[in-house]
Amino acid sequence: MIAATISPAPLTAQPALARAWWGVKDTWVLTRRSIARIAREPEQLMDVTVQPVIFVLLFTYVFGSAIRLPGGGSYHQYLISGMFGMSMAGSAPGTAVGITTDMASGLIDRFRSLPIARSAVLAGRALSDLSTQLLGIVVLCATGLAVGWRIHNGVADALLALLLSLLFAFAMTWAGACAGMVLRGPESAQALGFIVFLPLGFVSNAFVPTQGMPGWLRAFANWNPISALAATCRDLFGGGNPSSSIPAWPMQHPELAVLAWSVGLIAVFAPTAVWLYRRKVMR
Amino acid sequence: MTSAFAIEAAGLRKSFGSTHALAGLDLQVGHGEILGMLGPNGAGKTTTIRVLTTLLRPDGGRAAVYGHNVVDAAAQVRRLIGLTGQYAALDEYLTGRANLVMIGQLGRLSGRAARLRAAELLTQFDLADAADRGVKTYSGGMRRRLDLAASLMTRPQILFLDEPTTGLDPRSRMVTWTAVRALAADGTTVLLTTQHLDEADQLADRIAVVDHGVVIADGTAGQLKARIGGERVALTLAAAADLQPAARILSQYGDEGEPSVSQADRTVQAPVSKAARRLPEIVRDLDEAGVALDDLSIRHPSLDDVFLTLTGHASANLHPAESE
Repeated sequence: MIAATISPAPLTAQPALARAWWGVKDTWVLTRRSIARIAREPEQLMDVTVQPVIFVLLFTYVFGSAIRLPGGGSYHQYLISGMFGMSMAGSAPGTAVGITTDMASGLIDRFRSLPIARSAVLAGRALSDLSTQLLGIVVLCATGLAVGWRIHNGVADALLALLLSLLFAFAMTWAGACAGMVLRGPESAQALGFIVFLPLGFVSNAFVPTQGMPGWLRAFANWNPISALAATCRDLFGGGNPSSSIPAWPMQHPELAVLAWSVGLIAVFAPTAVWLYRRKVMR
Repeated sequence: MTSAFAIEAAGLRKSFGSTHALAGLDLQVGHGEILGMLGPNGAGKTTTIRVLTTLLRPDGGRAAVYGHNVVDAAAQVRRLIGLTGQYAALDEYLTGRANLVMIGQLGRLSGRAARLRAAELLTQFDLADAADRGVKTYSGGMRRRLDLAASLMTRPQILFLDEPTTGLDPRSRMVTWTAVRALAADGTTVLLTTQHLDEADQLADRIAVVDHGVVIADGTAGQLKARIGGERVALTLAAAADLQPAARILSQYGDEGEPSVSQADRTVQAPVSKAARRLPEIVRDLDEAGVALDDLSIRHPSLDDVFLTLTGHASANLHPAESE
């Protein structure tokens, strides 16, 4: 009956290029929204500002003295690169908390009733989380410099380390977005951080060399992407990389391993997150 | 626009597990019309709105907004509609103004146009003083008003309001009603849901009564009230023996039908139009017949009455205040 009484109104579909342009604009508006939120409520930044400082101080002055590095080398030099791995992985639970909070509010419905790109909500979140990670890196470097960490190699190497770190953080953000779609609320997303990501960070070479771990755990730790990023940073910042003597492929080619992990994680989790989002909101 | 109706739904079905939220719902809303969907919680009002605003895919049936199918042409539909849901859809951490500007920009306004429109709406909705405070600090009424303002940022041609005044203080309710009337005067089509007959009565051109996922009655407030019966005079007597004489007297003033008598409560009720004006005569007649009264009241038709009349069953979940 409807088809018989109604002829289509002259609102034509937009060309692909215009659609892409609006997609970018929508993403930008939503990214700015997340950043503006943080400016009004800086406590949200605790994870990337206060936590790294506490970890660095704890490990440098409490645990560090008891840890012997293979081939010598200073522990604070070792630790800061490890913290890069740990912090960048931490963007996953951070994003998961943000997404579950958004999904629990009516805001997502409003976004969905607007003519915006489907991926913009998620992409905006991923980009703003990336910008907070950048702030986290600044805090981490400042804390590192204060406890005696130094960049020994050139600027190009340091920038490459930074770039790979952000790439990995971006990849982990998408993993977090998937988790955020599956989990019920911000509390369970927070729990995910403690139950999955904290142990994942410790079962790596971020804080202690893997050489002392039992065999099966050592294999896991050597293939842990957090280890690859930590080794990459040690390699590129200079000052010794004790895992370079480990024959496991990621420890021999840490930069490539970070690249491969990141591309792989994005390839799996970004489309999955968009799919989960569409499925979740179209019940 | 060439489509005959602004909104048209035919045979809409939607189930959540074994719950049939929509069971073949038909609805037609003309251009510039205000349609009030009236029904209790769980009648299918919110589900209807979610389907029509492209948030939910129906299991069966068809729905179109300005001729655009809500499933196949969702993007076109979204460019025409504004939605104010039951729960305020706002970013708590942003200011009221920033919320509006963001929604405007996502709705394809330029930054400048969005800021101008936001300022205009903040004034209209009595929020100018709180515009640059975080929404976290807003009261419930302020949030609802900001939420309504947000859905008007892009000047939608069709506005969907899901229980827009539930939980509002009288002042916010008046601001909302005034805004809805002004929009309709400008030619905006409005579909609103409510549990309150008086709200539908005040605002809507036409009322669709919804129960168990279907429209069970459809008409102007006047037409519906004629079916329900208008005002009723209710007497509670001191002695049960007086019930028959009292019923006889009341029936002389009643509009139609026999007064309803309850032995257990010692009450007599009958529909009486212009009840307040005729009350002195009724009381005099009762007095002359020697009928002693414990209580006397004029009852206005409530949603409960609508449901009793139309479905034969009371709506189960009404608050006591609403059945007064």
